[in-house]
Amino acid sequence: MGPFQRLGRSALGVLERLGRGHLFLLRTLLAMGTLVRRPGLLVRELYSVGVLSLLIIAVSGLFVGMVLGYQGYITLVDFGAAEALGTVVALSLVRELGPVVTALLFAGRAGSALTAEIGLMKATEQLSSMEMMAVDPYKRVIAPRFLAGVISLPLLAAIFSAVGVAGGYFIGVGVLGVDAGAYWSQMQASVDFHEDIMNGVIKSMVFGVVAAWIAVFEGYDATPTSEGVSRATTRTVVHTALAILALDFILTGLMFGDI
Amino acid sequence: MGPSGTGKTTLLRLIGGQLRPDHGQVLVEGQDVHRLPRRELYRLRRRMGMLFQSGALLTDLNVFDNVAFPIRENTRLPEPLVRNLVLMKLEAVGLRGAVSLMPSELSGGMARRVALARAIALDPHLMMYDEPFTGLDPITMGVIVSLIRRLNDALGMTSIVVSHDVAEACSIADWVYLISEGRVVDAGPPEQLRREASDWSRQFLEGLPDGPVPFHYPAPDYLDDLMGGDTR
Repeated sequence: MGPFQRLGRSALGVLERLGRGHLFLLRTLLAMGTLVRRPGLLVRELYSVGVLSLLIIAVSGLFVGMVLGYQGYITLVDFGAAEALGTVVALSLVRELGPVVTALLFAGRAGSALTAEIGLMKATEQLSSMEMMAVDPYKRVIAPRFLAGVISLPLLAAIFSAVGVAGGYFIGVGVLGVDAGAYWSQMQASVDFHEDIMNGVIKSMVFGVVAAWIAVFEGYDATPTSEGVSRATTRTVVHTALAILALDFILTGLMFGDI
Repeated sequence: MGPSGTGKTTLLRLIGGQLRPDHGQVLVEGQDVHRLPRRELYRLRRRMGMLFQSGALLTDLNVFDNVAFPIRENTRLPEPLVRNLVLMKLEAVGLRGAVSLMPSELSGGMARRVALARAIALDPHLMMYDEPFTGLDPITMGVIVSLIRRLNDALGMTSIVVSHDVAEACSIADWVYLISEGRVVDAGPPEQLRREASDWSRQFLEGLPDGPVPFHYPAPDYLDDLMGGDTR
């Protein structure tokens, strides 16, 4: 096979997978109705996808906030603007780091677990056996996990940003001696609800859909062998990270590009 | 029955509507499985049971909840009735005492019996078994062999057993189809097959190492190969 044929073949493969992925998303969305009648399925997944990710998100948020406190102070103090530390920390977290870092951590912690779980269910014929028991895996397995991811990520991003702001306060005010009143008041004056917070929320919602979609699709589409599941788990983390960073660039351009 | 890789499991998946045939049709109770809308297909599957080779138990549920799973998902029976049904199904496979064990705590044979109890939970009309005897010790195999026949007779089901374990399958089958390379090569009651089978079927039924299915994979002449210059 020549190089052009190989290129064409791999391009066709990518397009075919994209098509499968979109059909998969459509079937997942159509299966959502079950969750209205059986919210218990969703609650269980919210626990394993969302609640169990809380610790890593909170700890990471704290450290990122503390680093921002140090770095922001070092830069600002040269211009005599150390009081603006609260603004720098809050805007960095709410607009960018909160949604993006949370989504990346989510892909590593919850996304990979979702892919491995669904992939192993496929490899051990649990999904096939469900189908033969007249139970639709899209309703019973995929839709609850997908929706749990979509709901969890924006909430985790909000927690990440809140803890990060506290981390910045701890370093800026507690260690470096920035005035506490200035930290909070500058933040309050500069952070706009619609412009900053809502845009950050929209970002994290988009990331939530993409991260959860990639995770459940990779699991469902995995080759049903141990190697296949391992590859699918890796793909989840890599593809989610790339998709999040590319989407962040596009969304940032759309949201703040005209300033 | 047929050798490995001949399409036996594929056939079961076609009957269950999990695979779509390139051409032809599969009729179950007069319905063309692959022309049914999804809702109708799922309704038909409630009248089918399938025992997977691996058992395919849901690993996050215990034995009780695994057997209760199809009942809870497909009916609105009150919980006390579900409990009674589950205990009856587990009693039928001799595992009522294992009700609270997790799948990871079961031996291979026990897992298959739990999967069997789950497969008959909705009293199917048609039961399909995918290699039910593979990898079992002789005692467990005897248990599964007799269970398949007893459940078939007691519940008035049609059972399709896919297997390459000749003795076990022939001991309980009313009718045997021998499949090779995707085609039925012989069919009939086990005794008749043994008497009147073709050379290929006799080789398969008697487990002969050489015959129409050659022992040797196609290769160049042995002597030429040994004496030849190709050093690979």
